[in-house]
Amino acid sequence: MLFQPINRNYHDFSIVRDKDACINCKVCIRQCSYEAHYWDETRQKVMHDNAKCVGCHRCEALCPTSALLIQKKKSDFRDNALWRPEFIKYIYKQADSGGVLLTGMGSPVNIPVYWDKLLLDASQVTNPSIDPLREPMELKTFLGAKPVKLEFGKTKDGSPKLKTKLTPNIELNYPLMFSAMSFGSINFNLHVAMARAATELGICYNTGEGGLHKSLYQYGKNTIVQVASGRFGVHRDYLNAGAGIEIKVGQGAKPGIGGHLPGEKINEMVSVTRMVPLGSDAISPAPHHDIYSIEDLLQLIFALKEASEYRVPVSVKIAAVHNVAAIASGIVRAGADIVAIDGMRGGTGAAPGMIRDNVGIPIELALAQVDQRLRDEGIRNRASIVAAGGIRCSADVVKAIALGADACYFATGALLSVGCTLCGKCYTGKCPWGIATNDAKLAKRQNPDVAAKKMINLVHAWGHEIEEMLGGMGLNSIESLRGNRDKLRAVGLSDTEMDILGVKHAGR
Amino acid sequence: MKRVYPDKDYCIGCHICELACLTAHSKSKDLILAYTVERGSEGLTSCKHVHERGPTCVALSCRHCDEPACVAACISGALQKDSESGRTTYDREKCVGCWSCLMACPFGAIARHPLENKIVKCDLCADRPGGPACVAACPNQALKQEER
Repeated sequence: MLFQPINRNYHDFSIVRDKDACINCKVCIRQCSYEAHYWDETRQKVMHDNAKCVGCHRCEALCPTSALLIQKKKSDFRDNALWRPEFIKYIYKQADSGGVLLTGMGSPVNIPVYWDKLLLDASQVTNPSIDPLREPMELKTFLGAKPVKLEFGKTKDGSPKLKTKLTPNIELNYPLMFSAMSFGSINFNLHVAMARAATELGICYNTGEGGLHKSLYQYGKNTIVQVASGRFGVHRDYLNAGAGIEIKVGQGAKPGIGGHLPGEKINEMVSVTRMVPLGSDAISPAPHHDIYSIEDLLQLIFALKEASEYRVPVSVKIAAVHNVAAIASGIVRAGADIVAIDGMRGGTGAAPGMIRDNVGIPIELALAQVDQRLRDEGIRNRASIVAAGGIRCSADVVKAIALGADACYFATGALLSVGCTLCGKCYTGKCPWGIATNDAKLAKRQNPDVAAKKMINLVHAWGHEIEEMLGGMGLNSIESLRGNRDKLRAVGLSDTEMDILGVKHAGR
Repeated sequence: MKRVYPDKDYCIGCHICELACLTAHSKSKDLILAYTVERGSEGLTSCKHVHERGPTCVALSCRHCDEPACVAACISGALQKDSESGRTTYDREKCVGCWSCLMACPFGAIARHPLENKIVKCDLCADRPGGPACVAACPNQALKQEER
């Protein structure tokens, strides 16, 4: 710790270098954007500084001789159930900096993951299961308001004709969408990759609040454009560029506060797209300053519908918080066609750790409550529900749909598919995987051809698994699973939890 | 013919192609031995070199030109244009180490062998079943072997 702050050695990771395998080829030095590896001129070999390691595993992944191992630092503080090591380190950091503790990605805190406590049903004997490889299986999903009933008339030649006027819907080939990650928080290469992947898959990706680069307007049919409290990059062409418009009221990782893009990440392209000065922090206000009531929200929803000539559905995204069901009811009554609910484990490029880890509620509980409330009030058909924040695998998607979601947003999974290791340092703008960075040298680590292929593969894989699970339950359409909580059973949950989720315990 | 084309937009400057080239042209076919032993004892040198300036980097090697200047300049007939494969081939036995090819190559893609009066030049991994080692090793698909 010579010449260093006294707590510098309390770092999280250790770099273990296998001396027999390391050939001093310097690949690790070139890959590490935090300069944890360096060339020691005197010793003529590669050395490292453990204190700088963020645990992103980039060096380990690219080391051509597999000589590197990134481990948690083994040094332990004395066991203390209250003062766990993370809290001790927070105090040290804040005593040095006097600042808010920033974090990236979704909350790692140990709150119950209800997906893991829910089990799916399968058909046996009385209701045969379906083999998706031999029989048709429908995953097609439509997002938007549905009519209460359909009325038919007849044309002059006597053939039937739909009299009911349908509202615009978004058509998805899978009940999945890439959730909002703004251009700026992630770089252009990944926006290109998401746009191409969504187009090939027949699903949608969400622009996030950073606007849409002109060159990506061609993927508009598979794009949801977001309008957030900062109104970054919002103009008439933008609103008309996508297949849907989303008003972002809240984000699961940081309910109650707005987005925050550090100036370091604002390069020329981001600056033009966001319509903010080069290098300036883009900080979205915590509230929309024109929304202080459901009536205000209604005005904004219809302002956006007017601006887009009622061609596309309008979604409202909120963070899952305590009275989420009542809020969602208000949102639907205000005219939203889609309600997106983001649970507290949702990802972020930058959020204060205290808010990320302590504010909001899990998506499973919020989703079940919103679906039930909208059903009870007889307005469930007026809006689709999209669940977000902590969808890890296809089984989570199936469970979310059985709990009442129409589709799921997933973003952390999409980033993992292109290399992210959840090191949580997105806010530094130095992402060694070339994801949460606009540094030209780092951003090109994401080749859109490679990234798009990986995202497409992931969704194809999930699609196959969803079909298998549906078939197992004797269902041949995702529609038949929607809100079908009889297909779910709980293990190890209390009566209250099961009541909120609207599921029975396993064995019942 | 299928050539190896670098993509400067997605070359990340990791130099792994150079390591792959070394290994593919080593006796041991083992990266650790190739890099730590054969580089010194045999003068093993990569045919591929990553050039960097600012954020831009690109991995270059012999272009296997349609009308190679090196072949025209070669005084011993060691460098030849193979009409069938399209490769610019190098016969080490014939090479006298006059460096005429080094002077003639407009891409600077030929290097002197560090220990002998011979040259080092990409052979497109002619004997490697999977094609050029650099292409196979590139972690970002910034090297492509294709017809253009």
